[in-house]
Amino acid sequence: MTMQTSRRAFLSGLGLVIGVALAPRGFAADALERGDLAGAPGVPAFNAFVRVATDGTVTVLSKHIEFGQGPYTGLATLVAEELDADWAQVRAAAAPADDKIYANLLFGIQGTGGSTAIANSYEQMRKAGATARAMLVAAAAETWGVPASEITVVKGRIAHAASGKESGFGELADLAATMPAPENPVLKDPADFVLIGTDLPKLDTVAKSTGRAVFTIDVQAEDMLVAMVAHPAHFGATVKSVDDAAARAVPGVLDVKTLPQGVAVYAENTWAALKGRAALAVDWDLSKAETRSSQQIEADYRALFAEAGHEAKKAGDVDAAFAGAGLTVIEREIVFPYLAHAPMEPLDAVLMKNADGSIDCFNGAQFPGQDRAAIAEVCGVDLSQVRINTQFAGGSFGRRAQFGSPYIREAAAVFAASGMARPVKHLWTREDDIRGGFYRPTYLHNLKGALDKDGNIVAWRQHIVGQSLMKKGEFDESTVEGAADLPYGIPNLRVTATATDLPIPVLWWRSVGHTHTGFAVESFVDELLQAGGKDPVEGRLALLGDKNPRHAGVLTRVAELADWGGPIPDGRQRGVALHKSFNTYVAEIAEVSIEGGKPRVHKVWVAVDCGQPVNPNVIRAQMEGGVGYGLGAILFDQVSLGDGGKIVQSNFHDYRSLRIHEMPEVEVAVIPSREAPTGVGEPGVPPIGPAVGNAWRRLTGQPVRRLPLSSAELA
Amino acid sequence: MVTFTLNGKDIAFDGDPDTPLLWVIRDEAGLTGTKYGCGIAQCGACTVHLDGMPRRSCVTPVSTVEGSDVVTIEGVSGAEAAAVQAAWIGLDVPQCGYCQSGQIMSAVALLQLVPKPSDADIDNAMAGNICRCATYVRIRRAIHDAAATLEG
Repeated sequence: MTMQTSRRAFLSGLGLVIGVALAPRGFAADALERGDLAGAPGVPAFNAFVRVATDGTVTVLSKHIEFGQGPYTGLATLVAEELDADWAQVRAAAAPADDKIYANLLFGIQGTGGSTAIANSYEQMRKAGATARAMLVAAAAETWGVPASEITVVKGRIAHAASGKESGFGELADLAATMPAPENPVLKDPADFVLIGTDLPKLDTVAKSTGRAVFTIDVQAEDMLVAMVAHPAHFGATVKSVDDAAARAVPGVLDVKTLPQGVAVYAENTWAALKGRAALAVDWDLSKAETRSSQQIEADYRALFAEAGHEAKKAGDVDAAFAGAGLTVIEREIVFPYLAHAPMEPLDAVLMKNADGSIDCFNGAQFPGQDRAAIAEVCGVDLSQVRINTQFAGGSFGRRAQFGSPYIREAAAVFAASGMARPVKHLWTREDDIRGGFYRPTYLHNLKGALDKDGNIVAWRQHIVGQSLMKKGEFDESTVEGAADLPYGIPNLRVTATATDLPIPVLWWRSVGHTHTGFAVESFVDELLQAGGKDPVEGRLALLGDKNPRHAGVLTRVAELADWGGPIPDGRQRGVALHKSFNTYVAEIAEVSIEGGKPRVHKVWVAVDCGQPVNPNVIRAQMEGGVGYGLGAILFDQVSLGDGGKIVQSNFHDYRSLRIHEMPEVEVAVIPSREAPTGVGEPGVPPIGPAVGNAWRRLTGQPVRRLPLSSAELA
Repeated sequence: MVTFTLNGKDIAFDGDPDTPLLWVIRDEAGLTGTKYGCGIAQCGACTVHLDGMPRRSCVTPVSTVEGSDVVTIEGVSGAEAAAVQAAWIGLDVPQCGYCQSGQIMSAVALLQLVPKPSDADIDNAMAGNICRCATYVRIRRAIHDAAATLEG
């Protein structure tokens, strides 16, 4: 960093540039985007969520992180609807970390996950908008000396017809911010919605189509170090000894420190950090590490099927039912691998200590309060001295949401060990990401079903073995969600689970338990239906009966959309799957052929019922993306441990992502509804795997016994 | 000392000649639209134009770009770039957005070479660009839309 002056000049005018020299200008200009509670100077705050600037710009502070699933646009839409703003004047920015003011109303702390952003904010954000509207109207009434009841607001214009008075929001913003906020503003009748339910353009699209969107990795601070940590290739390994002579000899490397998480290399730039880390010779202590291979773990899990397991669901008498005469009994085992989330932007954070001793962290904070507490603890400062500046995140799929914030703990440990004199950017590489654990766990499912002579499913037994996401010893609902709440009318049903304990850290992965339960349940019911001579759509509708109208609704709709029962090109088959997750109902039909011995998915039809659609375009996008994300995983992905427990995969060459030539055409129908809105980030994922697997079984006669499909012995 | 142009500006870099072009662009020039995704030319998030051709900057040592013209998302211009970016915005292609600079740079290079690409052309040109959000349906549609715009 010998060119600081010129670099600073070069940097000015770019996205987010922070640092001592630039602080006054940078901080003031960025105050709104950083979501300071007090707001930017001269920008009146109406409540914790709404700012109206004197130029008329409405900024909605999003308590939920934007990583592609659309909350900036969605939450802003809810506010703008009740505010009667013009969409062109609306912006969104990240709210600061505050577990009370910005709590997820379904979690009790601030956090994004479980496809809850819209579901928990629907009333709250509409009220925030309606409150701000009432304050603007009150200001207009006072200014014009007319009754508030005679004032109208349409598309960002406040008007009083009788006197001919009219104003934008900006001219009244200062006065309006001083008006009392109504406690219970009246919300619109959904029939009067003008923005909710329409395809409004997303607020972050332009910045993300021009390279201007700022992610954590893009945050530049004056005099900033770049740090990387060498991690073990075995879970549970610790540092025994380090030879860092070669690393320290790399020009640009400043220091090397051993931390609980590994060995940190500090450098003047990213390349020096990468080179320095590669030059480390670390001897790892494997005494507490997982040293079993994936095959050994699988065999150990299989042995647990002999145990009874914790009963999650029981109906009728399963044992008696299976003992009945004249039944056709089918038993299947399905093996699910560990899955990495592999968001495009690997984990990263920028930490800096200010002159007043406070610490700013810039990161893709999915649980900001957890991140904040971790930094305070590790860096030894009071919680009030830590500020989280939530950035756009390059995907997450669950990876950035962690109780206790292990990743941010590492970043904070790296920062604390540096002495905190200079800002530090801590970066993970793709290898750190793929090998970093916190995977969707490996699970084994054992399924047994019985059909009577008419092909009706009379008994169903399912046993799930695998790690508990919530680290519960005996029983974890997230292991059985999507299985224990089977919607199908099967008279004798038992679902059990056995939790295992390994040093491989696990985490929710886009759609959590439904990633495996959805596959197992929808594959097995489809196989039983086929064995019983039933049609996949008609058979499911019969099992749903009349008590599951929303399940039946999406299944019926997707069948219409795909012209189910119509002609299919030669060499192709169609598979159906239906799954509710996070209170959203999704049915998918996949059309598949065999290409090079593997499945080739040509087209996927999707019907989704997520209650009142807020932005159908975002809903369609999430269904398209959910199909692609889930398809890549079931076709290609696994993290496996080799002999001795060493992690096999490391980067996108051996942890394959779906690519454009493998992406099917996707057609989505969004069910019109006035029910309370539910989420769309995750629910598109669970049905794609079984839809493809069911088509595959019809093509080959072979049910899927192991994922990913590319690893299986294919026909 | 390695000299080249970056979005038309002269750059003289006197650091480690092995430094990948990606990190010179990001750390030294401070242009952050070009992203790191894998470091081994597997994901395409780092795609720039090197003398008019798409190149993975994460595996391109800066010493090899002596005398070249490098263009990033911040500097890409011309009819193809305008059409691609307009199509991207029109279809709301990005989700998380992290890979989209690389996607756009690959798409612009494709249209500069093949004004009216087929689906197979798009597969060939874009298969090196991973999008974990799987915005591929819209990427394909946006490239076709941009081609239609360019055709007039």
